[in-house]
Amino acid sequence: MEALIASAVGLMTAAGIYLILRLRTFPVIVGLSMLTYAVNVFIFASGRLTVGLPPILDSTASGYTDPLTQALVLTAIVISFGMTAVIVMMALGAFLSTGSDRIDDAAEDRAETGGRAE
Amino acid sequence: MASGVVAGKQGHSALTGLAFAPDKGRARTTGQPAATRTTAHNQNGNRPGMSLALIAALPFLGALLPGLMIRAGRTACAVSTGAVTALALLLLGLNAPAVLRGEVVQTRIEWLPQLGLNANFMLDGLGLLFAGLILGIGLLIILYARFYLAKADPMGQFYTYLMLFQGAMLGIVLSDNILLLLVFWELTSLSSFLLIGYWKHLPEGRQGARMALTVTGAGGLALIGGMLILGNIAGSYDLSVILTQKVAIQSSDWYLPALLLILLGCFTKSAQFPFHFWLPHAMAAPTPVSAYLHSATMVKAGLFLMARLWPVLAGTPEWFYIVATTGLVTMLLGAKIALFKHDLKALLAFSTVSQLGLITMLLGFGTKAAATVAVFHIINHATFKAALFMTAGIVDHEAHTRDIRRLGGLRVLMPVTFAIATLAALSMAGIPPLNGFLSKELMLEEAAHTVWWQNPWLVGVLATIGALFSVAYSFRFVAHVFLGPMRDDYPHRPHDPGFGLWAAPALLAGLVVLIGLAPMATAAWLVDAAAGAVTGAAVEVKISHWHGLEPAALWMSLAAIGGGLMLLGLFAPLSRLWEGTPRPEAKRIFDGLVEPLATLSRRITDALHDGAVTRYFAIATLAILAAGVWAFVSGTHQQGDHALTPVALVPAAGWALLMVTTCAIVALHRQRLLVLILVGVVGLMVSVGFAYLSAPDLALTQISVEVATVILLLLALNYLPKTTPAESGGARRLRDGVIATLAGLGAGGLIYALMTRDFAFDTIAAYHLANAKTEGGGTNVVNVILVDFRGYDTFGEITVLGIAALVIYALTESILRPGPANDRLRLWKAESQDAGDRHPLMLVVATRLILPLAIMVGVFIFLRGHNLPGGGFIAGLVVAIALVMQYMASGFEWTAARQKIDYHALIASGVLVAAATGIGAWFNGLPFMTSAYGYVTLWPLETFELATAALFDLGVFLTVLGAVMLSLASLSRIALRAGETVNLAPYDIDPAAGRTVKEEAR
Repeated sequence: MEALIASAVGLMTAAGIYLILRLRTFPVIVGLSMLTYAVNVFIFASGRLTVGLPPILDSTASGYTDPLTQALVLTAIVISFGMTAVIVMMALGAFLSTGSDRIDDAAEDRAETGGRAE
Repeated sequence: MASGVVAGKQGHSALTGLAFAPDKGRARTTGQPAATRTTAHNQNGNRPGMSLALIAALPFLGALLPGLMIRAGRTACAVSTGAVTALALLLLGLNAPAVLRGEVVQTRIEWLPQLGLNANFMLDGLGLLFAGLILGIGLLIILYARFYLAKADPMGQFYTYLMLFQGAMLGIVLSDNILLLLVFWELTSLSSFLLIGYWKHLPEGRQGARMALTVTGAGGLALIGGMLILGNIAGSYDLSVILTQKVAIQSSDWYLPALLLILLGCFTKSAQFPFHFWLPHAMAAPTPVSAYLHSATMVKAGLFLMARLWPVLAGTPEWFYIVATTGLVTMLLGAKIALFKHDLKALLAFSTVSQLGLITMLLGFGTKAAATVAVFHIINHATFKAALFMTAGIVDHEAHTRDIRRLGGLRVLMPVTFAIATLAALSMAGIPPLNGFLSKELMLEEAAHTVWWQNPWLVGVLATIGALFSVAYSFRFVAHVFLGPMRDDYPHRPHDPGFGLWAAPALLAGLVVLIGLAPMATAAWLVDAAAGAVTGAAVEVKISHWHGLEPAALWMSLAAIGGGLMLLGLFAPLSRLWEGTPRPEAKRIFDGLVEPLATLSRRITDALHDGAVTRYFAIATLAILAAGVWAFVSGTHQQGDHALTPVALVPAAGWALLMVTTCAIVALHRQRLLVLILVGVVGLMVSVGFAYLSAPDLALTQISVEVATVILLLLALNYLPKTTPAESGGARRLRDGVIATLAGLGAGGLIYALMTRDFAFDTIAAYHLANAKTEGGGTNVVNVILVDFRGYDTFGEITVLGIAALVIYALTESILRPGPANDRLRLWKAESQDAGDRHPLMLVVATRLILPLAIMVGVFIFLRGHNLPGGGFIAGLVVAIALVMQYMASGFEWTAARQKIDYHALIASGVLVAAATGIGAWFNGLPFMTSAYGYVTLWPLETFELATAALFDLGVFLTVLGAVMLSLASLSRIALRAGETVNLAPYDIDPAAGRTVKEEAR
């Protein structure tokens, strides 16, 4: 199971990184989502994997999983929704006001302003 | 150096002897040993007085008011600001009797005791004097500014900056902890930057503000170094301790570095030569700011610190030669330049530089008598200089010019202003019986007795010359502006302003006269208290106008007045000479120094930030990867012998689906809609994985967030291109592929290594499991961690979520404002055809039926959350999705009209409920965010538990609901602007009527 989780984290990270290196906003947003999955699973898995031992106190339970990483990841999931929404909005605003969804400053713009952010 | 010491160390006692000669009737100090006061200090210390912290905090709290009150009008704004200052002044007044009895009021609040940084405040005579000046003159400035500022000036902003500055100044003079003092010191630099640059449209204002910030900020950095050294020598950062360590400090090898660094801070702040050049440029500020900053506050901060540390730093030759010489040079230079300035405010600015030099010089003498005179002159200078700045402002306000060459003869047109200005200027010139005369004569007497490098007359002569110039520029201020023939070419015909504008300077002029006539009744007690605090010995001054013909000061005064009048008489030829002499232009030198630095940093920034975001990503990824590899390789780690979890068939299938989908996302990422669906699949698999791996809460959260995210991205994709063009070439793709693969291998390898090893230390999970029930009162440990153990984190997180939603709202507002984005939206043409039935009847009916059920489920999940999987986060998401479904089914406008929930209010109430619950713990005598719980039996229900944590969770629920809804609703508003039609009925096709319901284009 550990190998499966590790390979999934690895692949999702790779996909996320590849997508955030694309030149348009939408793939970058998707890439960040993929990275979010990868990071959340990473943090979750750092509490070690357990099957069938939920973090609910019960007198009959034989053991518990690590509740702390779960609590960390739970808020991370919700916050990442908020952050995704913000960058989506920024991407939308940028596209609507410039007519382009390129993520890099166009080379000719850079040449015009001497590479200075105006 | 040995011979020079005469002036400093040995000359000290000789001078003191002179200064204390009783028949001179001058500053008298009863010779109480410093040690006595120190003991008294400690005994009387720790007087409980929370009020000190409150006094320092009041202006900061008050800074919030003007922005709100300006909506109620300018007068309301000024009154509310003044009321806060008056309240602080009242609190200060309540503490005054104790201080005047010689006690030290202290407030001690532990902040970061490990670093020695505590919010310790103390109030002694010196603090009382300065705090009184800051608040008293502050009050007058607030009144003056109300009538000075034009209608177009944003007054709320002005008062907010002013209050910030006032608070920072108060903090400096009330701090007992030097680290705290440094914090306030930097705050004065920042807030004065805002004040000086208040007229943002004026380039001089912006440049002046920048120069002031650069100079005082650089000095502040030096001061930090000096103070840290000082604290290290004394073994404490508390002033009350440091002030008892004179011997240790002065004998330390680090004394000189500390002294130099601290003086650098003081000299830059107090505009001493050669750092005096920023002050005149700061005159671009509105006059109330100049009057405040340069009479009683900002520039006096440096003097205050020199006076504050006088007991431990003064008395050495180093102190004498550096401080007294700098003061003397500044006094002469400032006075000379002031005379030849044609701008009223520039004249006053350089006169301020000169007067500050005078006070610095007195402190530099290092004798108790001189320090006492310095304190007295601080009071006098504050009164006459604030009045003069205000009258200069009135002249500018009424005549529309500050150029002295265009003024003259205003005596008849502005009699009230003339009277005020004359009194204040005569005081500045040192004409009896006004207060400036008293302190200036005392100063001359001190200067006459000071030996500089074996030279007994040099200081006295130079001080007389300085006084001579100050007589000349003071008289010029009156003679060239108010006297002389009336002109008919004023830019604007001047007349006296209304009472509001001249009330404040008139009051100050009254003080000038009052202190001048009856110094013993009006000022001596304050001087005694303040000088006592500076010198560390009880002081009892005797101030009088006439000391007989014997003292040198009398003849020096006469020489100064006579010479000054002669100088003014020769003004025209002298001025021509002055104009003809080349002199270094400070601003040009300053710009010449700053410009290359700015250019260099711009070059570096431009090279690094060339706008190619993907390049930043690539570099950041590689850097993180390299750091990770380096850390892994250079560290040691255990064997990977943690027992592996067996793989079952179903999870393996889920894994395979996840892997394939992820690959497909990369391969098909140009088809955006498809990718969105595939991302949903990944999210689903992750959520199923959480469920399998004993994390039911995570599974529930992930799946509900997934729904919200996909809806969000769908809404956004509507107004973005539907495909990504293939732009990057093969090499670029290969490069990115390599980076991505390396990153993936790194992340995957690291988590594999982590999972196959045992914990190196016991985790803190056991603590949470053991105490969840007993302390948090819940059996769902994840939820108990969220709402109780780590409630403070959760509170921060929901706040961030709320802020994110507000950011989205603000971005939407900016898109919908007239502009290119708005134009593009209005002209939006959908690429694909709309569905024929945009609001299908089946969907409408189904969502209506589901709504109550979904809300019920939400409530259920919320209530059971403390003990079973669920809680505020998940419940909030579930209810949000149920509501969003209504929007999807019947359209935004139709639904919004039927659902009057203000999402902003929802977010705010959520955060407030959570905060209130946390604060509630205080009333229970427990730390913030500690929950309490109990069991309640409510017939006919079973006994159930009631925890305050549930209330906190309610806050989480409300914030999450509000944030999700506000984000999605904002996107919907964009759709509406893009010309989406608004339906009148909940569905498009009404089967009962058998026709299409009409739509109304918006």
